[in-house]
Amino acid sequence: MSLITASELTKTYRAGDVDVQALRGVDFTIEPGAFVAFVGPSGSGKSTLLNMLGGLDKPSTGTLTVLDTDIAALDRRAAADFRGTNLGFIFQDFNLIPVLTAYENIEYPLLMVQDWPADKRRARVTELLEAVGMSDQAAKRPDQLSGGQKQRVAVARALATRPKLVLADEPTANLDHDTAYRILELMKKMRDEFGTTFIFSTHDPKIMSAAEVTFALEDGRLVNSGGKHA
Amino acid sequence: MLKIFKLAVRNLARYWRRTVLTAGLIILGIVAVLLFVSVSGSFKGVIVGQITDSMIGHLQVHRKGYVASIDNLPLNLNMKPAQVEKVEQALGDMKDIVASSPRLKFGAMFSNFTETTNIRLNGVMPEREAATVPLLPGRLVQGSAANGLIERGKMLVPEILAKGMKLKVGDTVVLVATNLDGSVNGKTFVVQGVLGDVTGPGGRDGYIHLDDARELLRMTQPEVSEIAIRLKDPKRLDRAKADLEQALAGVRNAQDQPVLEVHTWEGLSPFANIARMIDLLDIFIRVMLVGIVLISVMNVMMMAVYERIREIGTISAIGTPPRRILGLFLTEGLLLGLLGALIGTVLSLGLVYALNLWPVHFNFARQVIQLAPSIAIADILLIGAIVVVVAVTASLQPAWKAARMDPIEALRHV
Repeated sequence: MSLITASELTKTYRAGDVDVQALRGVDFTIEPGAFVAFVGPSGSGKSTLLNMLGGLDKPSTGTLTVLDTDIAALDRRAAADFRGTNLGFIFQDFNLIPVLTAYENIEYPLLMVQDWPADKRRARVTELLEAVGMSDQAAKRPDQLSGGQKQRVAVARALATRPKLVLADEPTANLDHDTAYRILELMKKMRDEFGTTFIFSTHDPKIMSAAEVTFALEDGRLVNSGGKHA
Repeated sequence: MLKIFKLAVRNLARYWRRTVLTAGLIILGIVAVLLFVSVSGSFKGVIVGQITDSMIGHLQVHRKGYVASIDNLPLNLNMKPAQVEKVEQALGDMKDIVASSPRLKFGAMFSNFTETTNIRLNGVMPEREAATVPLLPGRLVQGSAANGLIERGKMLVPEILAKGMKLKVGDTVVLVATNLDGSVNGKTFVVQGVLGDVTGPGGRDGYIHLDDARELLRMTQPEVSEIAIRLKDPKRLDRAKADLEQALAGVRNAQDQPVLEVHTWEGLSPFANIARMIDLLDIFIRVMLVGIVLISVMNVMMMAVYERIREIGTISAIGTPPRRILGLFLTEGLLLGLLGALIGTVLSLGLVYALNLWPVHFNFARQVIQLAPSIAIADILLIGAIVVVVAVTASLQPAWKAARMDPIEALRHV
């Protein structure tokens, strides 16, 4: 059974007086445990697609099923619940909460989204800090961390609630090449360790090779559907 | 809830200068209100206490029409003995009454044998008068109270006349009064004491024994001009007035019109208008406080939301329920209000304590008044509650905006 099924997805939005077609009939499926990249130049529709997969945006037409849920049919509150329960997010700019330490940033979804008890939270955060190699930086706030360290914390935060799917929009765009590779390796390791499906977007051809499955987007259309790398 | 508090505290600390500035504004507002309430309350308390406890009493009963002509002290509008008896009977049945004092008020010529002037006089029953206006003996700046207040054949002279006519305790003076029938009578008195002047009606009156007054006026029957009444609880003023009016409603003339009327001290003293003005200022300054808190907290919370749009987008995207986001921003507003209210109250209490350590004196209508401000717990709680409620209300719109924010738009925000 596929984790994600998209059929004839289109998205049109209005920019001033002009209708912009961000997606023009996209079909794909993604299997559980996959490590997937959506690649394409800027404006190709990658972010729009990831936003739809995350329940942050709705398609204009077509159907999108994520984890057996018609995600487009969810209202605002149900979508937030769905994201909190099933999804993890990694952002291009890390988007850590500046007033919280690395430990507290990872703890945030367990505390504010899922209400885990303190002892379970502690065990989970400690496990993740160790897994992403940030145990010794746990007490530092984001402004005391390097870009790579911030993204490691962001990866750990995305995995905190043990989501089935992690969506990462250009997770390496603000990192140097070596750090970017290390982050992708970390994501892959986390996939192997926790069985989480990772989907990320990138416009960097060097980075896309790290993915096991690649979907190439151009002008809102899939031009290379589900290409597999060794 | 604790986790939201913790996060809210961190967020307030993040922009600590702005937090300090906003809390400072709230503190300033609270200090201004509490100081005004305590100082004006003390001023009102001193003056009202003086008026009720050394001159007027809390309530007075007169014959209908007397108060309208009170400046003339009309003897023809005195209460007749039967009416006085009815009033005394009604007062005896009321539990709110501590004491009452019948008074015979009249104008007279006052002479020290070399100079003559006019004087307003009160003929009183000494012990009943001292029980009804207990601060009156305390106004003696020379001499002392005897027989409760005053002995027969003696008088208490207002300070302004004693000074002007160079009188001292033991001097003999003459009072000459016009009787109801138009004839004139005179009688000598010995000065028993000099009464310090106070502000308000009757503040510069002289006092003699009621029997002396009746003798001077050659009264054939024991009439009185008014009966002053002291209540157990001055806060029950209006209730007691209504009860007394009801009890006296049966005292009617031949035309079946009520003969007697009851007045509160507020209806008899012009200071009541000043007290009302102080109350209005009190409301005005509270409204200002609400304005200060509302504008400053709303401003700071709107800025907080605007500056944290991407952060709001992030927490919203990772699944934070909108009600938690709403709660987070409301808690920030609540904490700002609490912080301001707490520090403002402590500062105000400190300032009020200092004002009691180093009392403020000021002149008010020939009187030197010393203020002893205090803040009632009810005022602290009420003002604190106003500040906190307004702070949370001011945060509602920004918090609502944050909770309803579209995560995509928020994440795109630069």
